[in-house]
Amino acid sequence: MASFKPTKIQVYPKLGEKVTQDTLYWKNYKAPVQIKEFGAVTHIDFSPVAPHNFAVTAFTRVCWHLFVHIYGPFSQEPVKTFTRFKDTAYSGRFRSDGQLLVAGCEDSVVRLFDVGGKVALRMFRGHTKAVHVTDFTSDRYQILTGSDDYTCRLWDIPNSTELNTYQEHTDYIRCGVTSKLNRDLFITGSYDHTLKLFDARVDRSVMTMDHGQPVESLLLYPSEGLLVSAGGRYVKVWDLLKGGQPLVSLKNHHKTVTSLCLSTNGQRLLSASLDRHVKVYNTTNYKVVHNFDYAASILSLALAPDDESIVVGMTNSILSIKHRKSPEESKEISGQQRRRPSYRVFVKGKNYVPKQDDYLVSKPVKQHLAKYDKQLKKFNVSKALDTALETWTRHRKPEITVAVIKELDRRGTLNNALAGRDEQGLSQLLNFLIGNLVDPRFAPVLVTAAEMILDIYHSVIGQSPVVDRQLLRLQELLEREIDYQQDLLEVLGMLDTMFASALPRKEVPCSGASRSNGLAQGEASTSRAQLQAT
Amino acid sequence: MVEHGDIRVVHRGGSKINFRKPVITNDSRFLLCASGESVKVFSTSTEECIHDLRGHTDLVTGVLIKPSNHLQAFSCSADGTVRLWDFTDGILIKTYVIGYPIFSIHASPHHEGVIFVVTPMQGDKRSGELFQLVAVHLPQSGDQLVEARELSAVLTGISSNPAATVFGRGGEYIASANGLQLEVYFFKKQKAYRFSLKEDNKKGGKNTFTCVACHPNDDCIATGHEDGKIRLWRNFNHKKEYTYSTLHWHHSAVSSLSFTPEGTNLLSGGIESVLVQWRYNQENQRDFLPRLGAAITHIAVSPDGALYCTSHSDNKITIIQSCVKVSAVIQGLVKGESVGTDLMIDPRSKSLVLNGKPGHLQFYSLQRDKLLYNLDIVQQEYIHESGLQQFEVVKAAFDASGNWLATVEERKQKGAELELNLKLWAFDEQTQSFVLNTTISAPHEAQITGMCFSHATDSQTTMLVSTSKDGHFKAWQLAAQSQTDADEGPSWSCDFVGAYHGLVPECCSFSADGSLLAVSFQEVVTVWSPASWELLTTLSQPPKAIRNLCFGRLSCSKYLLGTTDSNLLCCWNLLTCSLEWSTSMDVSLLLADPLSENMAAFCCQAGCTDLFVFKPSEPRPLFSQKAVCSGMVTRAVFAPREEMLESCEESSQWLNRSQLYFLTQYMDLMTFTTKTEEERLMASSKQLVIDDSVAMTPFYLLLGKHRQQQQGGDDPQSGVSAERTPLPQGSVAIKELLQTPAHVLPSTSFLCSMFVQSLLISVTDSREESKHAEEEMESEKEEEDSEEEIESSRTRPEQQAAVGGGEAAESAAPAMTKAQVRELRRVKKLDHSWLAGLLDS
Repeated sequence: MASFKPTKIQVYPKLGEKVTQDTLYWKNYKAPVQIKEFGAVTHIDFSPVAPHNFAVTAFTRVCWHLFVHIYGPFSQEPVKTFTRFKDTAYSGRFRSDGQLLVAGCEDSVVRLFDVGGKVALRMFRGHTKAVHVTDFTSDRYQILTGSDDYTCRLWDIPNSTELNTYQEHTDYIRCGVTSKLNRDLFITGSYDHTLKLFDARVDRSVMTMDHGQPVESLLLYPSEGLLVSAGGRYVKVWDLLKGGQPLVSLKNHHKTVTSLCLSTNGQRLLSASLDRHVKVYNTTNYKVVHNFDYAASILSLALAPDDESIVVGMTNSILSIKHRKSPEESKEISGQQRRRPSYRVFVKGKNYVPKQDDYLVSKPVKQHLAKYDKQLKKFNVSKALDTALETWTRHRKPEITVAVIKELDRRGTLNNALAGRDEQGLSQLLNFLIGNLVDPRFAPVLVTAAEMILDIYHSVIGQSPVVDRQLLRLQELLEREIDYQQDLLEVLGMLDTMFASALPRKEVPCSGASRSNGLAQGEASTSRAQLQAT
Repeated sequence: MVEHGDIRVVHRGGSKINFRKPVITNDSRFLLCASGESVKVFSTSTEECIHDLRGHTDLVTGVLIKPSNHLQAFSCSADGTVRLWDFTDGILIKTYVIGYPIFSIHASPHHEGVIFVVTPMQGDKRSGELFQLVAVHLPQSGDQLVEARELSAVLTGISSNPAATVFGRGGEYIASANGLQLEVYFFKKQKAYRFSLKEDNKKGGKNTFTCVACHPNDDCIATGHEDGKIRLWRNFNHKKEYTYSTLHWHHSAVSSLSFTPEGTNLLSGGIESVLVQWRYNQENQRDFLPRLGAAITHIAVSPDGALYCTSHSDNKITIIQSCVKVSAVIQGLVKGESVGTDLMIDPRSKSLVLNGKPGHLQFYSLQRDKLLYNLDIVQQEYIHESGLQQFEVVKAAFDASGNWLATVEERKQKGAELELNLKLWAFDEQTQSFVLNTTISAPHEAQITGMCFSHATDSQTTMLVSTSKDGHFKAWQLAAQSQTDADEGPSWSCDFVGAYHGLVPECCSFSADGSLLAVSFQEVVTVWSPASWELLTTLSQPPKAIRNLCFGRLSCSKYLLGTTDSNLLCCWNLLTCSLEWSTSMDVSLLLADPLSENMAAFCCQAGCTDLFVFKPSEPRPLFSQKAVCSGMVTRAVFAPREEMLESCEESSQWLNRSQLYFLTQYMDLMTFTTKTEEERLMASSKQLVIDDSVAMTPFYLLLGKHRQQQQGGDDPQSGVSAERTPLPQGSVAIKELLQTPAHVLPSTSFLCSMFVQSLLISVTDSREESKHAEEEMESEKEEEDSEEEIESSRTRPEQQAAVGGGEAAESAAPAMTKAQVRELRRVKKLDHSWLAGLLDS
């Protein structure tokens, strides 16, 4: 006696993005913690030493009060707030030992803070306009600043004096980065579309690269052989060892890219843009592997060491912090969906080892059948269709409903299953048809069902306003679909003529030796159809 | 069949076993069923075929256990004879010549010496559909061949269906149904009553009778009807006052009905393939045994009621324990109306593969003549309902190594689109079966006309080409495993779509090394390179379409052969791209032997099929045989042999490496054999003895050994005439003695005296006779033994005397029952004493 074979649910090719390792990795963050700041968050910097606090630079337009907040890695309250700014603060950055913090300001004064104290340790005056770029050099005793007065300067921390001024850019300097390996090298990017590599030992830039757009952000690879610049809609990668040769130009955003960031292992590059997206690139082939969506235009982006959290600052003055799920948590969440019996239930009796002369009676395996299959097994066709039309199945898994309809059609009993329904049941059916009839995956099956429904119920049309309205909607839908199909066919015809004229006609080698071969000349149709195999 | 040198065409395996109702023997150990021209004896426990009772020269139409002797069976055949068999040993005892074709046989224990057979009516020549039930008095005669001329007609105008005629309680009456009439004939009153039904009832059900069953100890007749109703007739010994009640569960015709021996249950079956068990007198209580696989054609119940067995339309017999549990399945080669898939050989198991049950592929071992397994292709619940269009497997192909199997299933419904599925199955080493790898729904827009795998075994990629009526051919390739979804294995996808002037492709064929693909588009053969998908050349031989395409093998791989509808066999040389030779032949089927250069062409001429075997390089055929069979041969296959034959004769050399099997119009599987092969087969069949009559007890080893020794010494020729060995009866006695519970056995003192008696050296024959009588008292069951057995037991005393004279206890001669009992006892005692000694120490 063979067992009942359950209804085959057709597996359709999945539309939408594929689940990759990257998706799994970057999706593994908790729901974001959102903190309202006093203004647009312009810069975020992580402390290089544990516990990896991060400094957030933001301002409010209302009271012109300026802040640099320092947040703990897991708390939602600021650890510390520096408020001694007269105007908008910019670019609060930690030193490599995490002890000092430097920030520029709209009032052209650069302030150096001790992380423990409140009052500025040093004030560097000399710029004439707002300072948007500050950074420590790798020897930890100097500070690089870049300003809207087109100059960038080097300052000595102990003496609080200006060491050098570079006046090569012809527009605002809005980004800059110092080398972590060489204390004398630093790179600045400016709104004059250029990137300039400076060496503190000489008085001028040693390399200039043209980005083609106002440069918004710069990033050096840990090896410092490659430089990434962002400006306009482009992200460009430059090979510094080859004299600033452009390697790749990426155009994946549709608004200005504002911030760049590298993942801890250097395998992925993240770019944030005003188009409200953060994109993750693979640094070997520079393909986008993941994408984050945010509510507002993004101004700043930072990634905690070990990718523990992603911090994003937006123009609507919201700071969004996403923490990575701990391994237990990610498991817990999948387990929370349904309480399963404990492990003990499963191993019950299983660990009993039969003795030598025990006679083993195998336990019959009970076949589990879905609800609709149980009804189909009993040939209750109407009930089977009812179960398949349950709200959850109908909305979440229409393929199950369609598979049951198909099975009923195969059994030749679809007519019986569809017949004898009241207004509610009929409107449920029609609703399902309206929702799925034009889906190319389900159309062949549902068209048959729709025809049957119309055949069965054409005598009751006009008795129920609900059903009539739905039938009208169905008609409308079909008419629209026919129009679409017509349009598509037209386009196809156009394409065919274009291809036919574009492709060179290929001569088929016809063997001259074969006297008997009267026919020759075959066109090899070179179109390669890639059918989705499931 | 036609003789040609020493090559013969023979039937090979796969005969029908569901033609007539099978019979279970009284001890429920054997099952007898009519199978073609022979009667097969199956074991109900092991499902093995134990004996093949051959002797009839035409279809066997009925099997029956002799009512007066449960160890003998009658069989009747269309050749006009009734034969009596001893089925335990497979011996023909008697042949009764009736002289008319017989369509079924009936007998009752209450009619001694009479059997009832159904023969065509003699007087009425114009209607060949009328049959009569004839009582035949079997003459008592010692001869092997007996003429039975004492015939008397009992009922006329009955149905030839054996299920429509049945004996009633105590053989008092016989009930027979034909069309819309039920006829009951009472033997005592010599009177027949007829009961008629209207053709249709109000609801449009058809009232035609299909089968009849009589209650064994109650006056009740159950009849099955076309519309699925079962009627229980009572009080039918009056013309007017009869009554009937109706049971209805089946939705279509009831094909078989049967009461259990005690009459407590009624079994019914039909096309639904559900065995329904009705309680007699409580008919609303039913038990079901659903999903038996195919429509039930016959139901038989064993005389003790312990086993039921059902025959099914897919050539299967299911043995069911009365607790409605399937205990064994005897499956023959499933034959549908047509073989959509060609005959194929599974490269791994070397079994024949073709359509089996609906939606399945069957793997049939040609060597063992046994169905290995069914592979479920469609994987859908089969609805047993006539007139319902369901998925059918229409094409299948194996790749050269047997790692991949491609199948095409289709379902065409009236007014609906054609549903097509291409499935690719990978062989799983662990489970040793095929596992579904890829399903491609709607691979083509129209029916698939041909499909083949690339033969090249060394190439990295496996390729499948399918041609379809939509004017395209498609190449499918195993896609490399993509790095992104590592959890899914490699799957198949379309690699190329080809077309040629919008013509419909018919056949496709890969060359032996897989470097060329030939696709025929009506009269044009196109040759493609699968590596670059370039059209290399076209070959054509107008005016008719190509029917078959075949590449040569091995040394002839440069040749491409094709047959056309205009009776032309063409051979193209692919090196010169020109026609090498062509000949005018109406070739219906052309196929190449995969192991040699040979090709076989079946030609249809004047209603007969001729076979030519040739090499493409040589103009003279290697072998030809006229009139292989009647009708057209459309399916054939070369099956590789397990071991090569060493035949040096030129005409039979082509059979050395592989064997040619083909299906005739009537779905008979035939093959060609040589004389040497037949001789070898005969020799091996003599050695082959299937012995399951003795249970595997500790004593079996002892006894079994003796049996084998005996058989080794026994000359099979002389065994029939000379004295028969008395051992089987002896072993039964021992078994009985040892297996009966102790409390039923005679007292130990009684046995002991016997034992002591047996130790004494026998002097006279008369004493032995008396002892033999005692033994007969012990085993009551043996009383009913056949004459032969009594004879054989008579010979025993002499033997025993002869051997017993030599030695007493130690002799252990297999012939001596007592001696063996004795020996066993002794061994038992020894064991105990030894054990006791061990415990003491």
